[in-house]
Amino acid sequence: MAAHLKKRVYEEFTKVVQQQQEEIATKKLRLTKPSKSAALHIDLCKATSPADALQYLLQFARKPVEAESVEGVVRILLEHYYKENDPSVRLKIASLLGLLSKTAGFSPDCIMDDAINILQNEKSHQVLAQLLDTLLAIGTKLPDNQAIQMRLVDVACKHLTDTSHGVRNKCLQLLGNLGSLEKSVTKDAEGLAVRDVQKIIGDYFSDQDPRVRTAAIKAMLQLHERGLKLYQTIYNQACKLLSDDYEQVRSAAVQLIWVVSQLYPESIVPIPSSNEEIRLVDDAFGKICHMVSDGSWVVRVQAAKLLGSMEQVSSHFLEQTLDKKLMSDLRRKRTAHERAKELYTSGEFSSGRKWGDDAPKEEVDTGAVNLIESGACGAFVHGLEDEMYEVRIAAVEALCMLAQSSPSFAEKCLDFLVDMFNDEIEEVRLQSIHTMRKISNNITLREDQLDTVLAVLEDSSRDIREALHELLCCTNVSTKEGIHLALVELLKNLTKYPTDRDSIWKCLKFLGSRHPTLVLPLVPELLSTHPFFDTAEPDMDDPAYIAVLVLIFNAAKTCPTMPALFSDHTFRHYAYLRDSLSHLVPALRLPGRKLVSSALSPNIMPHEDPSHQFLQQSLERVYSLQHLDPQGTQELLEFTIRDLQRLGELQSELAGVADFSATYLRCQLLLIKALQEKLWNVAAPLYLKQSDLASAAAKQIMEETYKMEFMYSGVENKQVVIIHHMRLQAKALQLIVTARTARGVDPLFGMCEKFLQEVDFFQRCFIADLPHLQDSFVDKLLDLMPRLMTSKPAEVVKILHTMLRQSTFLHLPLPEQIHKASATIIEPAGESDNPLRFTSGLVVALDVDATLEHVQDPQSTVKVQVSYPDGQAQMIHPKPADFRNPGPGRHRLITQVYLSHTAWTEPCQVEVRLLLAYNSSSRIPKSPWIEGGEMSSQVETSIEGTIPFSKSVKVYIMPKPARR
Amino acid sequence: MPEIRVTPLGAGQDVGRSCILVSIAGKNVMLDCGMHMGFSDDRRFPDFSYITRSGRLTDFLDCVIISHFHLDHCGALPYFSEMVGYDGPIYMTQPTQAICPILLEDYRKIAVDKKGEANFFTSQMIKDCMKKVVAVHLHQTVQVDDELEIKAYYAGHVLGAAMFQIKVGSESVVYTGDYNMTPDRHLGAAWIDKCRPNLLITESTYATTIRDSKRCRERDFLKKELCILLETFWERMDLKAPIYFSTGLTEKANHYYKLFIPWTNQKIRKTFVQRNMFEFKHIKAFDRAFADSPGPMVVFATPGMLHAGQSLQIFRKWAGNEKNMVIMPGYCVQGTVGHKILSGQRKLEMEGRQVLEVKMQVEYMSFSAHADAKGIMQLVGQAEPENVLLVHGEAKKMEFLKQKIEQEFRVSCYMPANGETVTLPTSPSIPVGISLGLLKREMAQGLLPDAKKPRLLHGTLIMKDSNLRLVSSEQALKELGLAEHQLRFTCRVHLHDTRKEQEAAARVYSHLKSVLKDHCVQHLPDGSVTVESILIQAAAHSEDPGTKVLLVSWTYQDEELGSYLTSLLKKGLPQAS
Repeated sequence: MAAHLKKRVYEEFTKVVQQQQEEIATKKLRLTKPSKSAALHIDLCKATSPADALQYLLQFARKPVEAESVEGVVRILLEHYYKENDPSVRLKIASLLGLLSKTAGFSPDCIMDDAINILQNEKSHQVLAQLLDTLLAIGTKLPDNQAIQMRLVDVACKHLTDTSHGVRNKCLQLLGNLGSLEKSVTKDAEGLAVRDVQKIIGDYFSDQDPRVRTAAIKAMLQLHERGLKLYQTIYNQACKLLSDDYEQVRSAAVQLIWVVSQLYPESIVPIPSSNEEIRLVDDAFGKICHMVSDGSWVVRVQAAKLLGSMEQVSSHFLEQTLDKKLMSDLRRKRTAHERAKELYTSGEFSSGRKWGDDAPKEEVDTGAVNLIESGACGAFVHGLEDEMYEVRIAAVEALCMLAQSSPSFAEKCLDFLVDMFNDEIEEVRLQSIHTMRKISNNITLREDQLDTVLAVLEDSSRDIREALHELLCCTNVSTKEGIHLALVELLKNLTKYPTDRDSIWKCLKFLGSRHPTLVLPLVPELLSTHPFFDTAEPDMDDPAYIAVLVLIFNAAKTCPTMPALFSDHTFRHYAYLRDSLSHLVPALRLPGRKLVSSALSPNIMPHEDPSHQFLQQSLERVYSLQHLDPQGTQELLEFTIRDLQRLGELQSELAGVADFSATYLRCQLLLIKALQEKLWNVAAPLYLKQSDLASAAAKQIMEETYKMEFMYSGVENKQVVIIHHMRLQAKALQLIVTARTARGVDPLFGMCEKFLQEVDFFQRCFIADLPHLQDSFVDKLLDLMPRLMTSKPAEVVKILHTMLRQSTFLHLPLPEQIHKASATIIEPAGESDNPLRFTSGLVVALDVDATLEHVQDPQSTVKVQVSYPDGQAQMIHPKPADFRNPGPGRHRLITQVYLSHTAWTEPCQVEVRLLLAYNSSSRIPKSPWIEGGEMSSQVETSIEGTIPFSKSVKVYIMPKPARR
Repeated sequence: MPEIRVTPLGAGQDVGRSCILVSIAGKNVMLDCGMHMGFSDDRRFPDFSYITRSGRLTDFLDCVIISHFHLDHCGALPYFSEMVGYDGPIYMTQPTQAICPILLEDYRKIAVDKKGEANFFTSQMIKDCMKKVVAVHLHQTVQVDDELEIKAYYAGHVLGAAMFQIKVGSESVVYTGDYNMTPDRHLGAAWIDKCRPNLLITESTYATTIRDSKRCRERDFLKKELCILLETFWERMDLKAPIYFSTGLTEKANHYYKLFIPWTNQKIRKTFVQRNMFEFKHIKAFDRAFADSPGPMVVFATPGMLHAGQSLQIFRKWAGNEKNMVIMPGYCVQGTVGHKILSGQRKLEMEGRQVLEVKMQVEYMSFSAHADAKGIMQLVGQAEPENVLLVHGEAKKMEFLKQKIEQEFRVSCYMPANGETVTLPTSPSIPVGISLGLLKREMAQGLLPDAKKPRLLHGTLIMKDSNLRLVSSEQALKELGLAEHQLRFTCRVHLHDTRKEQEAAARVYSHLKSVLKDHCVQHLPDGSVTVESILIQAAAHSEDPGTKVLLVSWTYQDEELGSYLTSLLKKGLPQAS
């Protein structure tokens, strides 16, 4: 929750601050525009009526203003402000002042005096509010200037007594955002009285206008966000606001109570109307719980959400939330069944389950039973059966968070969570399944609970079923009947929805390996073996049979007695499955068979250090040996690349790093090969073969650099520089090769110019990193830049050639965490021999199901490519909703691809694969002179190129001619 | 003394035959007009002669409000309006208006056609009665006449069930009818704003029950593999037993559920675009002949208390076999077959002296959509009434809840029996208009208004054609065409001082100057001292030269300061040093 709050505040900030000045660009290309201020001045003078002036201002606001001319514009606006009588124009000017003061690179302290000045003479409440907003913008722009902050706070305090709620709102906002954090720092701002901001804001908790009350609470929260420690006395004030008539006040008050409870969890507060005392966090918990049955659903959602993050609350308070009825003895331990029984019999209220048991009994202890004050009582029961699904989802989330921190609570809330699996809204069901998965370490499912859980397998939504499979993967089941039940239900699921096959198999794999002892007694029944008779051999291709085998083999891995129960064909099937579905079937220690040693080695606790060291050492060796003879360098590079690739295969956790560095070395190797001296000494006409080789190398280097830049997650800026540098070298190589082969100078002119532009671009983008590139190609290039600009293409090429050959090999720093993006297409499987028939000219939908690993932002980058046999290729952009995120770094793409073609005579195969679209300019920080942002949005959507990152799958299709 | 009077004609410490008379600020309102399921003689209808022995009811009642379509809330309506005679407006929500006549007709058929009762209302009477109905929307404020207004809130008990706020001026009563605070599979939860009525009349069927969570109850059901929950029918289709709906009214009622989608809960409102929840595919209409057909089956039949109709017929057929089971879905009124079998009676005396032995299993599932104790408390908390009155519940249980309510909310709680009148004195607030000039003058003087502290304000109250205005005295004089009279208080204070008048005045001046720092104290050239507009003159005593007489004179407006000054001067001056 705290993170959530923080994020929200951050968002507020971004609204206001709009990018702090970016210091990156020192050399800017700037087009000189005619001064905007002059134009504005002329316009405003021309304006005859307020409406006219307003129109001019609106037009003016559409275009951005450069930092230099802001001050001039502000002066003109102010001048006009003094003259203007119409409040709406003044309002617009005030808002423009606010916008202008946010301009990056403009320091607004010079206009503050004026702003405060005009504030004092202003009569219109709306304009006042807007001016205060402007001051807020100025104040947030200058967070370090204490004196200004103090002054602004002073101004805000002065206007707090205004009759308009809008002005008071803004004042409170100003106080919240700028109120001083520590009293000691105020000394340097002499002459201004030290004000207790919290006290001032607190006074407005009882304002007559609910909007002002809300603003006051929000301001208080803002103070908290800024690191000011709130007083504990605020707690009582906030508690009073919980019974406010207006929902927004109550909602904010709940938040404030939560904040205070996190600040002073262990303080002791008295319970009113009794002389007992409890911890503040418990009291706050009770109060927030009470708000779960508030009249407004907005408040209910807020309260339910906050409950989840109150982890310090005492366990007996926590457990009360699951029982509506009060029990006199809350700490007694009972088994689940007893508990269920007692639920109905305990307490002085009847459960409404049996007829006639609601006759009032003897009063138990009227003092102890108290329906309203004990707010915590049944909070979650209410939250989970709330009318609005938003509240239910919030309650489930809160339940999840609390259960994660308290195993005993997890055990108790299980029943309720399981019941949520039957909710009428799909989102709630999904959420509760996910929740259950998250707490599954702490729980064991009883059989009746499993029953309810498994019933959800019939749900028609694929998301729900798969979430449930995930859940079953990590659930603990208590009995062998439970396992059997789960298997039966999963098989039922399999027949009903055959597309769930992989998910079910995976689920059974984990189910088996988690419960070997429970599976053992089931084996004869599952394999339908008979002590005396041989039974028929089951069909090996039956997915259901495979499912059963997956369960058994995984259980057998840790249960050595199990294989004894297998019949002959089971062993044969094992061998087959071990080969065909090796990710699902583990290696078993079977009698009379040799164990494949390599298969087991990954299970041995990976000893990270040696392999990592090896990686480091081999890389260092390459980087240090720079001045070897070309032959030696090439060989070393080749060997290192081979080593790295092998290492990547062996050690999955190092695969990313190894691949990444191997690719880089390969680029370097290609470059060296292409530049080999003797090749370039041959006369140009005889050089055709050589130039082919070189241009192919250049092309490959380009491709590899794009892969390096976009296919790996976790690449940092320092790597990007090196990659771009490599690409620049490849471009230079390309230029040289073209210069050698091309006839005529004209095309060369264009290429040269383009190349020089690239260099300039590189310099601008990575100006901060240039010092690290000492002695490199680009370093030298930049030194010679003035000369290159003026020379002829032939000369440029010559210089480039020598420089390329002289440049040193740059050290590629390894990033901390790096993973290669990969994708596997699960569906279509490409096994089918039956062509997909459809009428030509119409479309057929092909279901595509793929898992993506380590892809950043797949919604915008991942595309599906379909290539037809005639060479035609289509790129399809899946909808953002087609991507699901089952875990960190993992994504799932489930989409439909529409195929169509003219009629064919024979069925033929089309290839489907996934592409990673990239756009090199999107990674680079936005060029500073594009301020409006109109261009950048265009740039981001365009695709520069694509990298295929999955194996292609062949689909057999047959468009038939249409029948007439 | 204005007061609110409440007299239950039915449902006072009882369930069934809801009918409550409320007099509020001279207006008489009848809430609900129900019949009792347990009786078939005169006791089944409320005693309307209580309202008036002679003369038409229309003259005595301003309006009738029906909260929902259950017969114990609207069953006596045709009898009341057509046979006893009432022509005033009858208010109910639209779904109630639509479904109510169906139920009345059904009830009439059973009573007249099956039991052969005479002197019962006819179909035509039902139609005539329904013509007097005025439909209201949720949260719509309906002006019954110039002063009386009513407003409906969602109650969630059945389709179209509503709670009503009855308001005259600043006095108001909220009648809940039957309501449910926990949302149902197809209906939402009752909701009311913080309207702070003088009186909340709430039902209390489950006064002593706190139900388990809805989910718990549902789970119990799922385990029985009966899947009675309507929604699960089409989610889990693998049920073997056919499901039947008794024909007639249930079917029709369902039809109305389809029509009034906005009255249902979030889920149904959200999904009805794709499919209407009430279009059941797996449910067939039940035919009487099916009751004898072999094999398992599930039948939904009405009425729920087994007092008449189809459910009773099927019950009689099936009661003899222990393989059968009956599930009572909710509360059963005393005297009905349902109540009897639930209380464990195994031999039932049916009509015509037959004795029916009940061998089938009897189960009770509280599915009825009434608020439980916690729900009632929740509603009371939401509405924040000044008083609570319990109806529609059993006396013993009410007693218990009453005690709870008084304990928790510290409001008085009543539970009158039928015919017993509860009188609540009220102190209605009287709105007074204040002139803006006066208000602004007051504002300029002091700080912002503080809700917690009373403030003193000088002005003139003008009462003219039953509206009240507070204006400044000058304005009042002008409006009324009166000349201003000045009222001055004069007071003599004897001061022991041997010195001259002049000196005495100077001493008084310096003393007052030092004491009254924030007032304007002046010493005038003629020797008198003024504090604001109060004049103080010193004169020698005619008889005793050692005593000076201080003459203090002030206008009536300055009374406060004037009396303070005299008391100050009476204490004497400090000794001159």
